Amino acid sequence: MYQPVTRGAGRTGWSPGFLVKLALVALVDALGVYAVLAAWGARSWGVLTAMVALLLVANWAYFTRRALPLKYILPGLAFLLVYQVYVVAYTGYVAFTNYGDGHNSTKEQAIEALLVQNERRVEGSPSSPLTVVARGEELGFAVVADDGAVRAGTADQPLETVDGARVEGGRVTALPGYDVLEYAAVLERQQEVTALRVPVSDDPADGSVRTQDARTGYVFTSTLTYDAASDTMTDTVEGTTYTPNDEGRFEAADGTTLPVGWRVLVGFDNFVTAFGDDRYAGPFLKILLWTFAFALLSVASTFLLGLFLAIAFNDARLRGRRVYRTLVILPYAIPGFLAALLWSGMLNRSYGVVNEVLLGGASIPWLTDPLLAKLSVLGVNLWLGFPYMFLICTGALQSLPTDVLEAAKIDGAGRWRTWRSITLPLLLVATAPLLISSFAFNFNNFTLIYMLTGGGPRFDDASVPLGHTDILISMVYSVSGLDGTAAKDYGLASALSIVIFVVVATVSALAFRRTRSLEEIA
Amino acid sequence: MRRSILTAAALTATLALTACSGGAEEPAGEESSAPDGAGATLTVWVDETRQAAVEDAATGFEEATGAQVEVVLKNFEDIRPDFLAQVPTGKGPDITVGAHDWLGELTTNGVVAPIELGDTADAFEPVSVAAFTQDGQVYGLPYAVENIALIRNTELAPEAPATWDDAIAAGEEAGTRYPLLIQTSTEGDPYTYYPLQTSFGAPVFEQNEDGSYTPELALGGEGGTAFAQWLAEQAEAGTLSTDVTYDVAVAAFAKGESPFIVGGPWMLEQFADVDVAIDPIPSAGGEPAQPFVGVAGFYVSAQSENALLANDFLVNHMATPEAQLALYEAGDRPPALLEAADTASEDPVTAGFREVGADAVPMPSLPEMGAVWAYWGVTEAAIISGKSEPEAAWQKMVDDIQGEIG
Repeated sequence: MYQPVTRGAGRTGWSPGFLVKLALVALVDALGVYAVLAAWGARSWGVLTAMVALLLVANWAYFTRRALPLKYILPGLAFLLVYQVYVVAYTGYVAFTNYGDGHNSTKEQAIEALLVQNERRVEGSPSSPLTVVARGEELGFAVVADDGAVRAGTADQPLETVDGARVEGGRVTALPGYDVLEYAAVLERQQEVTALRVPVSDDPADGSVRTQDARTGYVFTSTLTYDAASDTMTDTVEGTTYTPNDEGRFEAADGTTLPVGWRVLVGFDNFVTAFGDDRYAGPFLKILLWTFAFALLSVASTFLLGLFLAIAFNDARLRGRRVYRTLVILPYAIPGFLAALLWSGMLNRSYGVVNEVLLGGASIPWLTDPLLAKLSVLGVNLWLGFPYMFLICTGALQSLPTDVLEAAKIDGAGRWRTWRSITLPLLLVATAPLLISSFAFNFNNFTLIYMLTGGGPRFDDASVPLGHTDILISMVYSVSGLDGTAAKDYGLASALSIVIFVVVATVSALAFRRTRSLEEIA
Repeated sequence: MRRSILTAAALTATLALTACSGGAEEPAGEESSAPDGAGATLTVWVDETRQAAVEDAATGFEEATGAQVEVVLKNFEDIRPDFLAQVPTGKGPDITVGAHDWLGELTTNGVVAPIELGDTADAFEPVSVAAFTQDGQVYGLPYAVENIALIRNTELAPEAPATWDDAIAAGEEAGTRYPLLIQTSTEGDPYTYYPLQTSFGAPVFEQNEDGSYTPELALGGEGGTAFAQWLAEQAEAGTLSTDVTYDVAVAAFAKGESPFIVGGPWMLEQFADVDVAIDPIPSAGGEPAQPFVGVAGFYVSAQSENALLANDFLVNHMATPEAQLALYEAGDRPPALLEAADTASEDPVTAGFREVGADAVPMPSLPEMGAVWAYWGVTEAAIISGKSEPEAAWQKMVDDIQGEIG
């Protein structure tokens, strides 16, 4: 616990600074406690544990005198844990499961779904006005049959005719031996009511009465039953028994499976699938090459144009530099996805501004010819990306030490020589990390591809829905069915993103090692 | 969230009245003991078009049962993935609006519960209930049916064409820029082209006797090849073009640049200045041209803790002519409930679409459909643009889809 200590002039335990700290920590604690209670309410034990741990650490860090560095890095650390480490770890976890279409939830829910999906209303059975009744704690149904007779029963006791019932408006309102439940009481126990099955007779084949709205009863039979003890599903019509398999489905002896499955860990299966499907072998290589080409060319072209403009506008002799600079930065102010969408309209073969107005009615297939589409993608990315490079190059140029440049002049170096040996290396020291991050960004520039070409035009020779401008990340989107062209497979998507991460991380790490040699110049 | 108290009160009154006068099998037994369902809250996901209509029905429901209804506004595109992801966690809604072709995906993932419509089922357009039926069970309460038809500019073409060739001839006679408009785009538009394809006897999947689909591809074979060749011929003759996108087609028709356009009720807003009539889509291959029917409806979550309320709300409060007509006013699609549809059919345009829809086929809701969409449109576009040889391209498409389905 904190003990107020006096240390130095004016630093009493209840100094204004301490009070502010107390107030802030109290605020954080209040939020934290709220989150804990919310997690408790939602029964999310993982979140609850994490919140309690974070709260304890936060209180400890800010009230102890021994953890000075932690006081500064704790907020950042907490957000890093929540937004980065957790997300990465979860992606890693999903990569080893078969989460996706057909394996969407838990086994318990899958069993539930299979059971309700395989209930059939008995053909020709009447819909009977129904009343929910109770005998003690046990719920039951009372129905009015077609002939006006009142029949009642519970889960354990099949329907039997009960005399002396009061029927009003075609519905039972009082029944000897049972209490009629009010609507509110029914609502309170609605899950029990919808789960209740009252057998029609002693023979299970006759089916049972169920209700979905507590007003009308129907006779249903189940074609599938679940036995919890042996963990098997049985098809009562065919007599087939299904047992759970390793892939999270019920499987019969002959290999047929029931449609609804659940999530299970599948080990490295997703990684094997990712590289095992030979329909993807050809397109994958092309897409890999194009991804590297796209990322490298994008960085190179935007950097060169940005650098050129930065040098041009850095010349004191140029008038109106501010106006130019502002104008040049404009593309940077437009959201990327919007710009890509605008460009895809402007580059339309027949009605786009580029062909209609700029080229006088030409019909150049900018986005539908494989080569032109690639050029268009690079061109649009150049337009989108050069302002950023222009900004960082301008900044770096303006911070170059003038003494070194003067020394070069005195030593008799020419303009080109100064630029080659001094300006560029110094510039690269400042900008190289940004170029690497720009490469990593463009390597995964999903928005641009998705909005501009959607990956098209399609490969003519491939049997998968992929195209000439697809990059790895947009390929993942399609392969894992997230675009709706195949069954969704989040496990596969996560596995492939991990592969992409490894590629980008390796390239970036190598590049960073190279940039160290640049720093030696500085 | 709620509209003004006055309208709410007025609607509540009408709804309460209808609840009393009631559906055939629902005498108003509980009304006396009703308003005590307090405490339970029903969560309903809707998109913007449907919001007001559902809120109005919800007010009546709250009045009748005492339960709360929370109407949550969501983007229509987000509803399907969010529903799939959130229902298993228990955080999903009790009810959501949706399209019938989601059904396959929703049932494979076990996130929807069946709804027993009982005798109410007969009160709906048969095709709308069939669309929500899988394996003999109904999974949604339908409220609107939508399909495409031939929209005709009555000034330019006084009579409905009997065949595709008649339509083209009439279009050429009219002397407009386009003889007939059908949206295509470089990605293709297999949905709009489907009636033409069926007129060659090449439906996408085999159908069971009850109209449901089996995952056996049927778009290959002679019919499919004939359709592919026809596409190439028409493109050569200049009647089909990948340059015609949705926007181009709609704008051209609105300007009177063509007497015909193949399209749906969603276009009508932009044809306010044109006198239109709705005709069946002319057959190109000799057999009836059957478009796809899309049915919009409500699904109940498999993990709903208020299943009882949810079913009560849908079957007894959304399957009323008032609620269905309110949804019709908001969305302009013919209602699925026959009684409401009859009222809506006083408008000849709605009646026209409804008539075409009566002969149409539901869009398959099989999960395999995703694979079909992935190849279908681009292949048609490649044939129309002359990039691919029709027969080979069509065959490759069938093989690729088969490969994807496995």
